[in-house]
Amino acid sequence: METKIDKILERYDNSGRDYLIPLLQEIQDKEGYLSEEAIVKTGKKLKIPTSKIYGVATFYNQFRFEPVGKYHIMVCRGTACHVLGSATVLQELESTLKIKAGQTTRDGLFSIEVVACIGACGLAPVLNINGEFHAKVTTEKIKEIIENYRAKEQ
Amino acid sequence: MDNSIKKYLENLAKSNAKGISVALPEKNIDSKKTTVFIGAGTCGLGAGAAKTKAAVEEYFKTNKIDGEIIEVGCIGFCAVEPIMDVKLPGMNRVSFSKVTADKVSTILDNAFAGKIDKDSSLGQFKTEGLKSWDSVKEINEHPFFVKQKRLVLKNCGIINPTSMEEYIQNGGYAGFIKALTSMSGEEVIDTIEKSGLRGRGGGGFPTGTKWRLAFKTPSDQKYMICNADEGDPGAFMDRAVIEGDPHRLLEGMAIGSYAIGATVAYIYIRAEYPLAIERLKTAIKQAEEYGLLGKNIMGSGFDLQIKIKMGAGAFVCGEETALMHSIEGYRGMPSPRPPFPAEKGLFGKPSCINNVETFSNVSEIILKGADWFSSTGTEKSKGTKVFALSGNVKNTGLVEIPMGTTIREIIFDIAGGIAFDKKFKAVQIGGPSGGCITEENLDIQIDYQNLIAAGAMMGSGGLVVMDEDTCMVDIAKFFMDFIQRESCGKCIPCREGTKRMLEILQSITSNPKPGDNNQALERFQGVLQLEKLAKVIKDTSLCGLGQTAPNPVLSTLRYFRNEYEAHIFERVCPAGICKDLRKFRIIVDKCTGCTACTKKCPTDAIIGTKKNPHFIQEDKCIGCGACYETCKFEAIEMY
Repeated sequence: METKIDKILERYDNSGRDYLIPLLQEIQDKEGYLSEEAIVKTGKKLKIPTSKIYGVATFYNQFRFEPVGKYHIMVCRGTACHVLGSATVLQELESTLKIKAGQTTRDGLFSIEVVACIGACGLAPVLNINGEFHAKVTTEKIKEIIENYRAKEQ
Repeated sequence: MDNSIKKYLENLAKSNAKGISVALPEKNIDSKKTTVFIGAGTCGLGAGAAKTKAAVEEYFKTNKIDGEIIEVGCIGFCAVEPIMDVKLPGMNRVSFSKVTADKVSTILDNAFAGKIDKDSSLGQFKTEGLKSWDSVKEINEHPFFVKQKRLVLKNCGIINPTSMEEYIQNGGYAGFIKALTSMSGEEVIDTIEKSGLRGRGGGGFPTGTKWRLAFKTPSDQKYMICNADEGDPGAFMDRAVIEGDPHRLLEGMAIGSYAIGATVAYIYIRAEYPLAIERLKTAIKQAEEYGLLGKNIMGSGFDLQIKIKMGAGAFVCGEETALMHSIEGYRGMPSPRPPFPAEKGLFGKPSCINNVETFSNVSEIILKGADWFSSTGTEKSKGTKVFALSGNVKNTGLVEIPMGTTIREIIFDIAGGIAFDKKFKAVQIGGPSGGCITEENLDIQIDYQNLIAAGAMMGSGGLVVMDEDTCMVDIAKFFMDFIQRESCGKCIPCREGTKRMLEILQSITSNPKPGDNNQALERFQGVLQLEKLAKVIKDTSLCGLGQTAPNPVLSTLRYFRNEYEAHIFERVCPAGICKDLRKFRIIVDKCTGCTACTKKCPTDAIIGTKKNPHFIQEDKCIGCGACYETCKFEAIEMY
């Protein structure tokens, strides 16, 4: 059976090593993460050993090997956010959702990822949930934000 | 595609070769429609620009106004986003700050009635041939803008970044066509060298010299690379330039590629900047349509293709050899130099890497000449520099200042001083590779040498201002944690050394675990070892990341040794930031026994009965401060 991954790979016929990272990025973009199947198939396509692909993929922060939640929360931990209290924000978020950074809630709704800098330092501390920015987040705001997303689901 | 613009470009190419000057295509400065400009960069969108835009659309619809909405990039004044500009037919464009969706109708109603609300207006853009608004200041007179000199950010937040025509009407691509039709590659390099332009990405290497090295290496294929992998936490100027004025970057790259003879150019940009990537893709497509990229550009025989490569989140890829490995599809690890990239770089071919801001300076230098550029700045550092101001200041945002401006001017004049009128403590400059500047050094003039002498560095230009409530040991720990995670692992001193430094900082800022007798000893040795380790890491690491990794620790040690000592000997954090070292107690007279704090305490450390004063058990308290924040009666104090 032809899967989504095969469809993506079709467009990379005769591609060289320099297409490895763009290809992995595209797969993650469509699938949400890099599955074992994706990595093995990519290896066959580009004629690179699977171990080498894992070597590259684990080196970069962007790649994930587990599916993420429906709402993926990126917590910015840049300098400006840190100075304005992002550590407390992260802590509050973790205790509200009862998961640690890098994990997904059991119902599959939320996952937390810590990122180096989103580049919106003027609005620090910042959260990005599925591409939507939440500026100047405080511990009080966290509950409200999470409740809003939960309400959408019901 | 606009035919008149296309004709202008062709005319310009022909006339340049003969040395005749050509007037810019006419700008449509006065649209007959009411035009609303909305600052829709990432920070604008974060502050709610999309809702503002929807409100304007709604307003136009209900009032049956045939108006136009244009999304522009970021003007740089992040603190007052969302920013909305209104331009009525025949009148100057006026800029408004903090325009949330609910304010739209009032502002527009007033404007149509001929009134401008002074509190929310930032100022008007003076345009010849248009009527000025009475008693509205010019935007250039606003304290945030008055000391700035905007060369790179000239168009940001003003022109429509998705319109190539508007960029050309403002003088865009004239520099590239000039280089292409009337200058040789070597002449371009001479001009850049003479202008004194230095790399804006951190190192400060003279751009002209770098180009000359690549130019002199003969090869059938050369590459030009733009480093837009802005990994420094606290820096966002590259993002803003690309989002607000993508063609400026493309033009600079095109000139550079022509100079060194590269026919393929790469932009290596962070995947975290989706909007910037989108804008670049649009801009490249437009430039190809106009024949300014592609085969045989403007009939000169010069070919150029610009490709976008998305970074995958590795700070070390800001290092040029690591970046090239990443483009090739390998782990982004640096390699020893020589051979330098200019001799053997990407895919083994001569390559040249420059930063976004560096490229953005190039076109105007070619157009206006080296002397024009070098008239700005100090003796050894020419031109301007863009800084990303953030942290505890009133006006956060992007500022572009001539070299030689003092840091005091930036923080207290442009940024309006410290937020909530607290006391200034330090400013962190240059990201994880840089250092701190304190009160005593605030009056140094910004240039490459002065900053290094003060124990910091230009870096890519992040300025994070910190007030009296910031713990410097915590800041050093924050950077060490970042560097330690981002170390690629190739050199042992960097990989292991930064980890050890982090561990020392962690032991300084945390309580010893019960039964751990060695920790007190380790703590005392800590500072001595920090300095020793720092020296080894600096001396023995291969790339810039390792060589500068200990800087945040060294510079905080240099200026704030007393804070380290307070952590180590007195076991207190003077700023009250390090949670483990905080202790709380309840003031008996003030406690009403409302039990709010007991409910919040994560470790059940607070005991007491309702309506009676409570008590915090010290051995259970983890210093999280939840009770402190919850108490409405200020009955909990930190000591």
